Amino acid sequence: MDLKPGSRLKSSVCDTELIVVKAPSGDVDITCGGAPMADPADAERNGEVAAGAAEGTALGKRYVNEDESLEVLCTKPGDGSLALGDTALSLKEAKPLPASD
Amino acid sequence: MNLMMLLEMASSGFGDRTAVGSQGRGLTYEQLFQRAGATAMRFREAGIDRVSMVDVSSEALPIALFGSAWAGVPFVPLNYRLTRPELRHLAAEVAPSVTVCNDDALAAIGDLDGVRAVVRPDFLAQWAEGSAPDSDWNVDPEEIAILLYTSGTTGTPKAAVLRHRHLVSYIIGSVEFMGAAEDEATLVSVPPYHVAGMAAILSSVYAGRRIVQLPNFDPADWVNLVRTEGVTHAMVVPTMLARIVDHMEDIGGGLPTLRALSYGGGKMPAPVIARALDVLPWANFVNAYGLTETSSTVAVLGPEEHREAHRSDDPAVRARLGSAGRPLPAIEVDIRDEEGNPVATGTSGEIWVRGEQVSGEYLGRNSRVTPDGWFPTNDGGSLDGDGYLYVEGRIDDIIVRGGENISPGEIEDVLLSHPSVADAAAVGIPDEQWGEAVAAVVVAAKGQVVDIAELQEFVKSQMRSSRTPDRIEVRDELPYNETGKLLRRILREELAESR
Repeated sequence: MDLKPGSRLKSSVCDTELIVVKAPSGDVDITCGGAPMADPADAERNGEVAAGAAEGTALGKRYVNEDESLEVLCTKPGDGSLALGDTALSLKEAKPLPASD
Repeated sequence: MNLMMLLEMASSGFGDRTAVGSQGRGLTYEQLFQRAGATAMRFREAGIDRVSMVDVSSEALPIALFGSAWAGVPFVPLNYRLTRPELRHLAAEVAPSVTVCNDDALAAIGDLDGVRAVVRPDFLAQWAEGSAPDSDWNVDPEEIAILLYTSGTTGTPKAAVLRHRHLVSYIIGSVEFMGAAEDEATLVSVPPYHVAGMAAILSSVYAGRRIVQLPNFDPADWVNLVRTEGVTHAMVVPTMLARIVDHMEDIGGGLPTLRALSYGGGKMPAPVIARALDVLPWANFVNAYGLTETSSTVAVLGPEEHREAHRSDDPAVRARLGSAGRPLPAIEVDIRDEEGNPVATGTSGEIWVRGEQVSGEYLGRNSRVTPDGWFPTNDGGSLDGDGYLYVEGRIDDIIVRGGENISPGEIEDVLLSHPSVADAAAVGIPDEQWGEAVAAVVVAAKGQVVDIAELQEFVKSQMRSSRTPDRIEVRDELPYNETGKLLRRILREELAESR
């Protein structure tokens, strides 16, 4: 599916919800728990978290692909783990900025 | 995207933490979420287009802000210091509204058509009590979250439009979720109608940093609150910092809990920051540059950069103390000439910014953002070779003397470096020979007398003679608005009249 900053995604196999921070153009095949994710309005719970894709997501954490062209933020945690195609997304290290307001 | 997403995340992950008020006695994130939801239902029932507030900071502020986001109507904090006719004019423009207000505002606007004025105690007892329904806020990122009337230092106030996508992008781009330790507390002393007042609520909720509110700024109250509430973070505008430093020099003692002090919202005189470093030796200083139209901060000079600049023997590195630091990771900054073409590194021009948080839009007017997303800020500035941004002030304030562009900030920096001067403003006044002449108004430092001729000589020795003020006046104080913006327009008018 086409993603843009602000797009929301929901897992079809766990409670995970995401918001897209950054996305490459074109078709993005993002999965959670081994199953495709969908717009929360269309997402239906269907199936179980696949073995090997069950490391879970953590609230408020960011996940990125290898070249960081895709970045998502977890707004609701769940049991599935995230992947782009066949490659797992990795947790992005926080680089804290000083509080300015 | 909706601001409620930020509060929902805080509430679902860290519901028991104190969000607003004293540790253990204030509202928790869960309670704030419940009240926002309860309030949203009543806002919807009221059938209004906007939620407005004419009051100082209190716990009603985050409730009304998030409640309006949930209800799907813009939140419009108005300046409670406006005159009665000004307030009536804006309140009528904002209607149909629910307006949470103080008693004075109730008397001023309570009779207006379409304005349902509710005083704060009634709002808290009748509108904000109860529990939240299922989360059903609108997630359209284009919806307007906040309308902020600009201070109008240069003319009629206009409403800057901040949509949910601008503000949510700003927060998730610059704040780490629950990045604050549980003992952290931030003191908010800027009023609700200032963009930093709005941003402080959103940033703190997402960072998990407890909000302590100071309704009306007073340096003694500010220092007391830091001490009694164990405040760790604070944001101040330059005029506030100057008064805090004065007060602390008088009373002595430190603020051991205060770890981070950020300043912005106007040009900080170098002597004030130097004195602040002396009275608050353990605090980390952060300089932030931003505009209402950019959802607050776009560039920061962090604590380590302050120290490095302060320690350095290299004049170029030392100069960074007067910079606004570097752009946030999600922000691009360009310096452009009058035709909109990029200028060479180190050259002054207009500051242009681009990023998801940048709105650049005013209600009922054409957007100033270019089709490829760049917003010309109307601030002058330059970037150095390492990407540090130097802000020179509003382009409208530039003095044009005999065809030469003179930035008032340069002259003010030199005036302020003179030991007899505590505060200074330079403005252009009409002049038959030069088009504009340079005039300056200065405030004498404590126990000092300003010798005008000597001060003119001093400026001439530091700058080109064209920049030497043709005229210098000494006054007891300069005109600032309550959020620390120098009212140059007033000085220009007064000086032009008294020629």
